[in-house]
Amino acid sequence: MTRKGAVESAMRTVLLCAGLASLLIVAMTGIFILREAMPAFREVGVWRLLSGSEWRPGQELYGLLPMIAGSGLVTLGAVCLGLPIALGCGIFLAETAPGWIRGVVKPSIELLAGIPSVVYGLFGLVVLVPAVRGFDYPGNAGFGLLSASIVLAVMILPTIASVSEVAIRSVPDEYRKGALALGSTRWEMIRTVVLPAARSGILSAVVLGLGRAVGETIAMIMVIGNSVMMPSAMGGPLPGIFLSRARTLTGNIAVEMSYATGLHSSALFATGVVLFVLIMLVNSAARALMARNAGGGRG
Amino acid sequence: MADTVPRLRTAGYNLYYGSFRALRDITIDIPENSITAIIGPSGCGKSTFLRSFNRMNELIPGVTVTGKVLLDGEDIFRADVVALRRKVGMVFQRPNPFPKSIFDNVSYGPRIHGTRDRGVLASIVERSLRDAALWDEVKDDQQKSALALSGGQQQRLCIARALAVEPEVILMDEPASALDPVATMRIEELMQSLKQRYTIVIVTHNMQQAARVSDFTAFMMTDGFRAGNLVEFGATKQIFTTPADSRTEDYISGRFG
Ligand SMILES: Nc1ncnc2c1ncn2[C@@H]1O[C@H](COP(=O)(O)OP(=O)(O)O)[C@@H](O)[C@H]1O
Ligand SMILES: [Mg+2]
Repeated sequence: MTRKGAVESAMRTVLLCAGLASLLIVAMTGIFILREAMPAFREVGVWRLLSGSEWRPGQELYGLLPMIAGSGLVTLGAVCLGLPIALGCGIFLAETAPGWIRGVVKPSIELLAGIPSVVYGLFGLVVLVPAVRGFDYPGNAGFGLLSASIVLAVMILPTIASVSEVAIRSVPDEYRKGALALGSTRWEMIRTVVLPAARSGILSAVVLGLGRAVGETIAMIMVIGNSVMMPSAMGGPLPGIFLSRARTLTGNIAVEMSYATGLHSSALFATGVVLFVLIMLVNSAARALMARNAGGGRG
Repeated sequence: MADTVPRLRTAGYNLYYGSFRALRDITIDIPENSITAIIGPSGCGKSTFLRSFNRMNELIPGVTVTGKVLLDGEDIFRADVVALRRKVGMVFQRPNPFPKSIFDNVSYGPRIHGTRDRGVLASIVERSLRDAALWDEVKDDQQKSALALSGGQQQRLCIARALAVEPEVILMDEPASALDPVATMRIEELMQSLKQRYTIVIVTHNMQQAARVSDFTAFMMTDGFRAGNLVEFGATKQIFTTPADSRTEDYISGRFG
């Protein structure tokens, strides 16, 4: 074998090992968490863990429903608030921004993505929580789903904006010319041709944002209130639910792990398993959408 | 040409890409209800000139124009660009149907111009597809994706899409250059049937095609500064049999280009 050939095959082995190592790490993490969660799954039962609405470790009550609802609602809120703005950013950057504005806005969006989440938490604590406290509503203390949704919306904005910008940019120019030549205005062209053509790319942008939202921990702990309770509108109209305190799945683990022992500790690992599965679902949805995007070509 | 009314007219028209002058001093009267072919060597400005009639050049940054372009005697640069493009449709070199159904492609124009009624849209779609000689092939399958059609069918779909907004003029930039001979023939037949009602301007680098389909021919060529000039314009028969300019004769007899 030549020297070059030897280097080549050594290189290939090293890369293969690196690939296998990452697979191994994921598998080991999964197995480890699952093993620690087994006692809780066995003694409490999977169904009672998922559907129980009481989480009182002192009384051996381990229901994750309030946290599942908390994570779900805060993610929903973040997408509702963040998606229009993020999509607007993506459209602006891809279609209408003059070069120099793009040169300013794009790096700032990238910077937004790089800010540590604890800083967003601080921002929420100092700015949003006091502002939300201003709403006169029973039980409203500023801490809760609304503040958390806003923080999370800002955090997922860069992901959704930049991925959807790429998706919009990859729409062939022939479509734009075709639409304009038929007498569409620029906005009609974007709305009726460009966005539908970029649909699956935009959808995967949203799913990527969801993944980030579900996993966010520290910023949520700082603003969501962390009370173990089913979020409720406290007697008011349904949107009032967002003024309710809540706790996320991630927060549940982070807040209690330092002092938990025995079954309590195992139930926290079970929370981790639920998160693990959720993220896996979100990621495979994103992957499936991207694959359809790439395979669909012009479609 | 005394017996025909000019529908499109340019006078002293120049176009610049930045500081590069791509068209020099073009004056032409394009008669209505006829087919005018623009021929000339590659890079002489045929596509650029064609795009002048529906102001598509404005999409290219750095383009400036001087001189006049008139549609039915009116300055197109003063007109509303959306209204202009409704009157002057365009078919591109490569078929560019939207990634939508056949029906949605053809009804696209009427829809954005305010037609909502499903029945009205359906009859517009049928009429346009018939006029584009595509109806019989797709009538039972109008919800199928336009991208599933063959290249020739896609191009006829694009013609139907342009017809659906009821333009006066149709611009075609080498509409058959990406198609096989059979599909090309169908497009040529189609143009013959459309010229009763539309003014058609077609760019082609294929002289046989120009001779076959057109009533009038404009021959363009670059001058010493690489700017496109209109060398000669006249009835196709005359251009191909007794050209007035020796450069036209050279080009037509295949001595260059
Ligand atoms: N978007 C553009 N930007 C700058 N120059 C261009 C552009 N499009 C065409 N040109 C130039 O203008 C001239 C005419 O081009 P074109 O109209 O495409 O010629 P044709 O269609 O006859 O081949 C060429 O020299 C070409 O390089
Ligand atoms: Mg051309």
